[in-house]
Parts: sequence; structure tokens; C-alpha cells
Amino acid sequence: MDVFLEQLINGLTIGSFYALIALGYSMVYGILKLINFAHGDFFALGSYVGYTVLVFGSAVITTHFGLWGGLMAAMIIAAVCVAFVGIMVERAAYRPIYPAGRLPAVVSALGASIFIQNTIMVIWGPRYQAYPASLIPNIHIQIGGLHITMLQIVILIMSFMLLGILYWIIQKTTFGAAIRATALDKDTASLMGVDFNKVIFFIFTLGPALGAMTGVMVGMYYRQISFTMGWNYGLKAFTATIMGGIGNLPGAMFGGLILGVLEMFGAAYISAAWKDVFVFLILILVLIFRPTGLFGEKVAEKV
Amino acid sequence: MAPLLIVENLHVSYGGIEALKGISLYLDQGEIACVLGANGAGKSTLLQAISGLIPINKGKIFFKKDELNHVPAHEIVKKGISQSPEGRKVFATLTVEENLNLGAYTRRKRTDEVEEAKERVFVLFPILRKRRRQLAGTLSGGEQQMLAIGRALMSSPQVLLLDEPSLGLAPILVNQIFDIIREINQQGTAILLVEQNAHKALGIARNGYVLENGTISTSGSAEELKSDQKIQEAYLGGAALKNYKRF
Repeated sequence: MDVFLEQLINGLTIGSFYALIALGYSMVYGILKLINFAHGDFFALGSYVGYTVLVFGSAVITTHFGLWGGLMAAMIIAAVCVAFVGIMVERAAYRPIYPAGRLPAVVSALGASIFIQNTIMVIWGPRYQAYPASLIPNIHIQIGGLHITMLQIVILIMSFMLLGILYWIIQKTTFGAAIRATALDKDTASLMGVDFNKVIFFIFTLGPALGAMTGVMVGMYYRQISFTMGWNYGLKAFTATIMGGIGNLPGAMFGGLILGVLEMFGAAYISAAWKDVFVFLILILVLIFRPTGLFGEKVAEKV
Repeated sequence: MAPLLIVENLHVSYGGIEALKGISLYLDQGEIACVLGANGAGKSTLLQAISGLIPINKGKIFFKKDELNHVPAHEIVKKGISQSPEGRKVFATLTVEENLNLGAYTRRKRTDEVEEAKERVFVLFPILRKRRRQLAGTLSGGEQQMLAIGRALMSSPQVLLLDEPSLGLAPILVNQIFDIIREINQQGTAILLVEQNAHKALGIARNGYVLENGTISTSGSAEELKSDQKIQEAYLGGAALKNYKRF
């Protein structure tokens, strides 16, 4: 039972990472019908920016902010920096070629991904970097036979808060309705007065910002980061996006959580070496039996 | 008094073809003008150009002395021109209420005005009040048309552009929709109505324009157009009637 609970918490933690990254994919796909391959690298970049904030700010963090404050500062600075990069990438790599169609944009996205990845490598080097252990809150909690860390709980709470805030923006506010409307029909949305460029601005700041914050949390959680990490997490998050029904934001959130939990249970009860196999097996099954995704329910439209 | 909306020698391309080749028309304060024409005559292109959805090659569009040529679509709504597009285009996976709220997107911060506008729409279309929590895609065709018109009214426009509101509706619904269009007009909104149903359109319009292959072939008051021989044959079923009598 303890193993089960521990794996469930681990699964939800990693699943919330996937979910937060998946949202970025899904938002961009919903609006532009573009698979933003650079998104995983926004996440990696965020992780490195957070790392730099911690390393350079270590003196201030230990004397003034405290470790939790350091975590917050790293997340916020990473989010702001990467949101800025997100806008730059949209301007430089996507906007000039929208009129050329969807396929050239996807190629450009792959190019942007390689560019960011290599930029990270040039700045921080090709070797693994480690988040400084002395700056990571290290409080263990034991409930019965259950071992978890305070960091894990904080990460879980923050992830779910971020997911909740985004869900609220998208589903409950008029601006969120405008985003959903733009995803359905850009022209008609602009007839309502929705400024397409503002929607683009929103998704290319918020998506990368969420990705960057996730990057910092992953760095804190696993400690080791590498310039290629965007690819691994990006692929998993993209899988989650498809599982939930691409373009469907609540679907992406649940897809990520389900994926994380399945991965952890697969690793714990069957074999850790095979965990990626389970993940992609499930993806294949979803694609065969529910190509619109688990939550990609299409509303019948009467004509 | 100067007309509210003036279209002057408008040239517009659509899909590489010049769809409008020099259209001029005007819409007075508080009137209904209709644009008649067959499929592909350029009627929808005209409304899309006025709304700023497609670029203008040549010519000018004025709204109350402001030139609209380079104003983007989302700014045009703010100025007071809104459109109910062809094929209704309701946001299917959003609720009826969300659709209406989006209609008032440009003044979403003034919630009391939005509620007031919504109330006005619910009075015009009581069925929408009943369906407010339903997804728009689950409405019937007639209800979707009502929603599309209601949504366009949410910005309290001075000019309402209606693109084929009778398309695909049962005759009894068509009558109902046209009654409501007249009512909206009587409440003070000028309406530019694009229609294939010439009979109904001329029944409520003051002026009319006939669009053929991207140019205006005939224009005049609704009364003149109704009695025009050529228009009777082409758009009011006159030709069919004559052929029918031959048997």
C-alpha cells in the first residue's frame, strides 16, 4: 500500500510536469494548428535559467530569501525570460511563414528547436549540470511507511495551482472564451472584436512561461539537467497532448497526469526499463481506438 | 444628412479572382438596404470587405466620415459595425451564453452593459434564454441563426451586416427571422442585408442593389426593384412562372 501511494504521488508529480508542458503544445496547436516543436526546449531553457539564478543568487538566497524564496525567484525569473524568448521565436520563426501553410511552419519549429537546444549548449556547455544541493529544500516527511519530501508536496501544490489558474482563465473568463473561439474560427472571432495578435501574444508568453516554471521544478526535483532534456520531456508531453485530444486544454492536463501515473506504476510494478514502452503503447492504443484523444469529444454540428 | 456607411468604387479580390469590380453603395441611418444576387456574385465578399476580413484593392469604405480601408476587423466592431456571417458560424463548442458574451467582447469590462445587451437579445429571441447553458453546436439551424444575429447585436452596433439569414431555414422560420430583422431595425439599427431570397428581402428593405458578377447591375428603391421586369424574372420566380404557364 505504501509503495502504491508513493508511486501515485511520484506519478502525479511527474504527470503534472507533463501536463504543464502539454498545455503549451495544446494552446499553440489549438490556435495555429502548428506543432510547436520548440516548446520542449523552452522548458529546458527555463530549467537552465533557473539554475543560473540559483547559482548566482546563492549568497542572497541563503542569507535573505531562504530556500523556498530562492525556488520562487528562480521560477519567476525563468518564466519571464523564457516568455520573452517565446515571443521572439514566434516573431522570427513562425510569423514570417504563416502564409506559406502548415508544413513549412512545422519545419521552422524543428529549426527553432535545434537552435534553442544548441544555444543552451553553447551558453551552459554540453555536460550535465546539477542544481546545487545546498539550495534545494531538504525536508523529509514520514507518514506511516510513506516517505515523501516537502519539496515534492510543494511542487505538486504549485503545479496544480498553475493548472487550476490556467483552467480558470481558459474556461471561465471571457478572454478564455475568446481564445477558444479563435481556435475554432479565427475570422469569426475577429468579427467579435478579438485581436488575433493579442491571442498569439498570450499563448506565446504563457505557454513558454509555464514550460520554464516546470523546467525549474524538474531541476529541483531531479537535480540533474541537460541541454537535450527538452526533447525527452517534450515528447512525453506531446504524447499527453495527443492522449487528451490535441487542442483540448483540460484534455492535455488530464492526459499529462494519466501519463505520469501510468509511467510510474509501470516502472514500479513491471519494470523500470520498460516504462517508456508502456507510455508509447498507450499512445498507440489511443490513436487506434480513439484518434480524437480520450477527451477529444466532437460536438455534432447541425447544419 | 450624410449616409452612415458609404462604399465607393470598391474592388476586392478573393482567392486570386477579382470578385468585386467597382461597387458603390450607401446605407442611411436607420434604414434597411438589401443586396441581392446569385451564388458567387460577390455578396459575401462585399460584407467581408466591409468588416475588414479581406483586403481592399481599390476604392474606399467610409463609416461616419472615417475611412475603414486599413482598419483591422477587430477594430471595425468597436467602431459600430458588426456582422452575422454566412452559414451562421456560431462557436459550436461554446455555450450559447459564451457566444453572446463574445459578441460583446469589445466592451467586456462594462458588465452591466453586457447584461443589458444580453437581456435585449433574450427579449428578441426568447428561445436563446432557455438554451443559454447549452453548447451552440447542439442548437437547431434556426436557433443557430438566431444566436448568430443575437451575437452580432451584443456590441449594440449602429450598422448590422446580415449575410443570408434565411439560408437553409424552413419557410415559417424565415418569416420569423425577417420579422425580427424588421424589429431590430425599428429599434434604430441600420441593416445591410445580403440575401438570395429577394422576395422577402425587398419586402422589408427600403433600397436594394442587385449584384451580378462583381458589379451592381441594378439599384433603386425596393418598390422599383419589385416591379422591374428583369428582376422579377431573375430573382422573384417570374421566369419559372412564365415557363410553367407554357405547359
